[in-house]
Amino acid sequence: MAKNKLTPACEAVVIGGSTGSIEVLLSLLPHLPASLSFALIIVVHRKNTADSTLANLLSLKTNSPLYEVDDKDGIKPGNIYLAPADYHLLIEKNRVFALDDSEKINYSRPSIDVTFESAADVYGPALVGILLSGANADGSLGMTAIKKAGGTLVVQQPETAQVGFMPQQAILTNDVDYVLDVSGLIAFLNSLNSVY
Amino acid sequence: MIEENEVDLLLTDLLDVYGYDFTHYSRASLKRRINRIWALDKFPSFAELRYRIRSDADYLRRFVEELTVNVTEMFRDPQFYKALRTEVLHTLAAKPFIRIWHAGCSTGEEVFSMAILLHEANLLHKSLLYATDLNPEVLETARKGIFSLAPMKQYSESYILSGGIYDFSSYYTAQYGYVKFRTDFAEKMVFSTHNLVSDRSFNEFDLIMCRNVLIYFDKALQQRVMNLFDESLGPLGYLALGAKETLKFSSLQPRFKQLDGEKIWRKIS
Repeated sequence: MAKNKLTPACEAVVIGGSTGSIEVLLSLLPHLPASLSFALIIVVHRKNTADSTLANLLSLKTNSPLYEVDDKDGIKPGNIYLAPADYHLLIEKNRVFALDDSEKINYSRPSIDVTFESAADVYGPALVGILLSGANADGSLGMTAIKKAGGTLVVQQPETAQVGFMPQQAILTNDVDYVLDVSGLIAFLNSLNSVY
Repeated sequence: MIEENEVDLLLTDLLDVYGYDFTHYSRASLKRRINRIWALDKFPSFAELRYRIRSDADYLRRFVEELTVNVTEMFRDPQFYKALRTEVLHTLAAKPFIRIWHAGCSTGEEVFSMAILLHEANLLHKSLLYATDLNPEVLETARKGIFSLAPMKQYSESYILSGGIYDFSSYYTAQYGYVKFRTDFAEKMVFSTHNLVSDRSFNEFDLIMCRNVLIYFDKALQQRVMNLFDESLGPLGYLALGAKETLKFSSLQPRFKQLDGEKIWRKIS
């Protein structure tokens, strides 16, 4: 994509979603190359249980290593990371994760805004933020932070989302770069992947 | 939004003026907390926030309380408490006296959860619970054993999932939207300020509970605190951490054995 010639190569992609987003991830992941040139970080709202069912479910759909994040895990390109239930997921300048169990934001922990804002701070223009299906406004402020830091904004086309509210909010409050359906998202993510 | 160098200035002030050392706290989390306080207290500029902290000791107490995360609940991660009941307390029962340290106890919900476990295992009479935090304010709340009524329904569900078989509400009396836990539980608790960054070991314990505190520290400080815990644990003592915390980055790992599937480690050498 022409845009990527003007901006630094993508170092990380953060994906946020709520109701209806797991289905999107399940159809997305199998179509990504096994060796991603960026780190893929997923934050989805879910129940407050410490079980790792979702990580197991998602890892069945990808050939990339997928981890539910432990405190202070390092971030490496090629890996897929899932925010653990009941913690906010933040990123330190030295590319390690930091967890935080402070107050819920928008009734959510993990909060998409928290991860997106923290990632924008660290990766700047080398970050892509993607917002999927969901029924609340979490993620919109995070998208604003990513844009402000020079990153790229992608939103699931609201009509194709199970619940269009979350992507719609992001479109209303931000200057979004791409609005895509699932096959568009797959093509976009593949276009980000630079061949070494 | 606060700039990186402004965070540095504030942290230097806190250390120079008050002796609070936050320089090895997780920076991403600190930055978010400072922005939050800045917005909550409506400071028009960073300079005014900084001046207030440097010059107003009363405000400093509020600032530190907001800077540090004091979110806690009773019987969080019920499976963890179940493991405490079945594996840990069962083993400790043989001891003539049981000492437990809740490091970074915040408002004390976990300390009271532990008192309930010990009571139900018929061990509370020979136990002492040391509960420490760097915030005097949250310790004052913990000492009173008075909590909001609102989350009790959820706590009661977690209590049942942890293997509790009694009526949870039998442990407290409710009044005006608050509950007060049994006063004989509080008699077995010792509350005191202790800063994991700077203070030393003060006793030998059979179990140290420190859940969701280390996530706020960088790796260097985590290592210091792990060493402190190691010094403070008796032979075959237990260390319990939060659901996503780990000993895997610590040099102490070979000296501890993890219980199957749980965030509980036993000191084996």
